[in-house]
Amino acid sequence: MAETVAVPSQRNVISRLWNDKESRSVIIQVLTISLVFAFLAYIIHNAVVNLQAIGKGFSYNFLWQPSSYDINQHLIDYDSRSTHFRAMLVGILNTILVAVCGIVLASIVGFVLGVLRLSKNWIVNRLAYCYIEYVRNVPVLLHILLVHGLIVHAFPVPRQAISIGDVTFMTNRGIFSPKPLYEPLFLVVIVLFVLALAFMWWFKRHAQKVQDETGKRYPVFWIGLGTIVGIPLVSFFLLGSPITWDVPALKGFNFTGGMVVRPEFIALLLALSLYTAAFIGEIVRAGILGIYYGQTEASYALGINRGRTLSLVVIPQALRIIVPPLTSQYLNLMKNSSLAVAIGYMDIVATIGGISLNQTGREMECMIIVLTLYLVMSLIISMIMNWYNKRIKLVER
Amino acid sequence: MNETADKSNDNPEKEIVIVIRKMHKWYGQFHVLKDINLNVERGEKIVICGPSGSGKSTLIRCINRLEEHQDGEIIVDGTELTNDLKNVELVRREVGMVFQHFNLFPHLTVLDNCTLAPIWVRKEPREEAEATAMEYLERVKIPDQANKFPGQLSGGQQQRVAIARSLCMKPRVMLFDEPTSALDPEMIKEVLDVMIELANVGMTMLCVTHEMGFAKTVADRVIFMDEGEIIEQNKPHDFFDSPQHDRTKLFLSQILNH
Ligand SMILES: Nc1ncnc2c1ncn2[C@@H]1O[C@H](COP(=O)(O)OP(=O)(O)OP(=O)(O)O)[C@@H](O)[C@H]1O
Ligand SMILES: [Mg+2]
Repeated sequence: MAETVAVPSQRNVISRLWNDKESRSVIIQVLTISLVFAFLAYIIHNAVVNLQAIGKGFSYNFLWQPSSYDINQHLIDYDSRSTHFRAMLVGILNTILVAVCGIVLASIVGFVLGVLRLSKNWIVNRLAYCYIEYVRNVPVLLHILLVHGLIVHAFPVPRQAISIGDVTFMTNRGIFSPKPLYEPLFLVVIVLFVLALAFMWWFKRHAQKVQDETGKRYPVFWIGLGTIVGIPLVSFFLLGSPITWDVPALKGFNFTGGMVVRPEFIALLLALSLYTAAFIGEIVRAGILGIYYGQTEASYALGINRGRTLSLVVIPQALRIIVPPLTSQYLNLMKNSSLAVAIGYMDIVATIGGISLNQTGREMECMIIVLTLYLVMSLIISMIMNWYNKRIKLVER
Repeated sequence: MNETADKSNDNPEKEIVIVIRKMHKWYGQFHVLKDINLNVERGEKIVICGPSGSGKSTLIRCINRLEEHQDGEIIVDGTELTNDLKNVELVRREVGMVFQHFNLFPHLTVLDNCTLAPIWVRKEPREEAEATAMEYLERVKIPDQANKFPGQLSGGQQQRVAIARSLCMKPRVMLFDEPTSALDPEMIKEVLDVMIELANVGMTMLCVTHEMGFAKTVADRVIFMDEGEIIEQNKPHDFFDSPQHDRTKLFLSQILNH
């Protein structure tokens, strides 16, 4: 009797919990998390057991051993006696360099493409269309190989370098240009540059105020350009050019001295950004088209010209449509930079995930590092873009 | 141009602001406006009516060149509308337009909607532009909504903001393209009241509308269009009481019996 009563009441408790909206969601979350952790534990256990079976421990000590390989493009000091850890840092910086330059270039080219694609001028419109269709229908790896091949094969060997004013040389081994060696007085120029930036920051607000008060609009862009470029330039010459240049010179089969932008970097940067620009162009076009044409007409009807209609009325609204898909294009560009390995650009994958891994046999450890790094960089890009998206959303309401 | 000048010399009371002469427009093969001739005097209120698709919107959109005409001429305030972009912008400054669907800028506050063009086109100081804007917002009776966004207003309020926004440019002519047909009945009156007040202060107005009550009380002239032609135009009293053409009669019977 007691048993038969207890069973239904227990069932009642479970079914009550299950049918309650809040407790059901708690139950589902607990179950999900347990499953995920069980799965992770199984995998890790499996890995540890297998590593032990072949006599490998799990350790990051190898990071402090000399890497004993060379990296041709390093933004920080590095040679083959440096550690694997330092090689990894060089790789990270190379990835960041190409990703940041690529994102900037792709955005500029992409916006221009998007606007050109909407041009009423038939030729301009068709050219942009053909470019976009060609570029986005060919895999990015082929673009990288193609641009790299073009540079390596179409540019001359160092001995026959295309010389620009005898100081910069274009060759199939990269673009060699003079490297500045700063003298102490150059610090003054830098300080003036910073001051000019600060001044412009103030002036931009001041100009807004003047426009608010008098309706007069200063040509802020040109004054800004003049101040930020002009003042450092003039002071530079007044101080007697406190820079000496280390001009590259041909020694044997190659140039020494100076700075070099390597063909791998140029190829990767151009291919990634021109490829991504095609997608960004379509996103920008869709964003602008997504704005009801009545907005443009209302602006025209008020006497506002085309350019200002675009910049004051259409683009601010289009950005809300453009930014989320733009974020995924930035993420794609950053992740696609791992194809660098195909032409020997030494990024994260080629250094710690490539040569270091092969030399030390630490697949597990190296892959964890590579995965984590990409994850962190992706999250940073997403965070920045989400912050920006929120900011422009707030403007609306 | 000479002719307009002559006419205004003849009779300074009856200055002509808009001259449309032998104007034709095609959409591809489709002849949408046929031989339009129309003079609008300063201060005149014109109501344009006609069945759907008769070219009413197209006609008034030609006056600020949101549409291009292919033949004949349109002269607004002494400036002929051609491909010259500067002239087009000049005319658009002097001609305000109110749309059926308001077309307020959703990313700007009501006040910023009103000051955008005065600041960027007329180069007015912001304070002055804001003062003017508040003045007009008061005239359309919504000064308290100045800092809201368009999406937070009712349709009638939005349309009144759109009227204020146009007025802030101090236009000499106002064009209305069915300003009340997207509104609920109770909001129509508040918009019409604003338009009547505007008419009373002597604004030159061209209104496409189906509000025949408005036409009777406000209009100096009613124009009836059908299939791209001006079929008949007359003083509202004569127009409604003794229409001349069969098509006008048919149209009026349909609209008044409705
Ligand atoms: N962009 C366009 N391309 C081709 N045809 C058009 C275009 N815009 C309008 N038309 C045609 O021109 C004719 C006149 O259109 P319009 O909008 O001027 O009519 P309307 O008199 O304002 O009608 P409604 O009362 O419905 O607003 C219609 O037959 C319409 O189909
Ligand atoms: Mg219409």
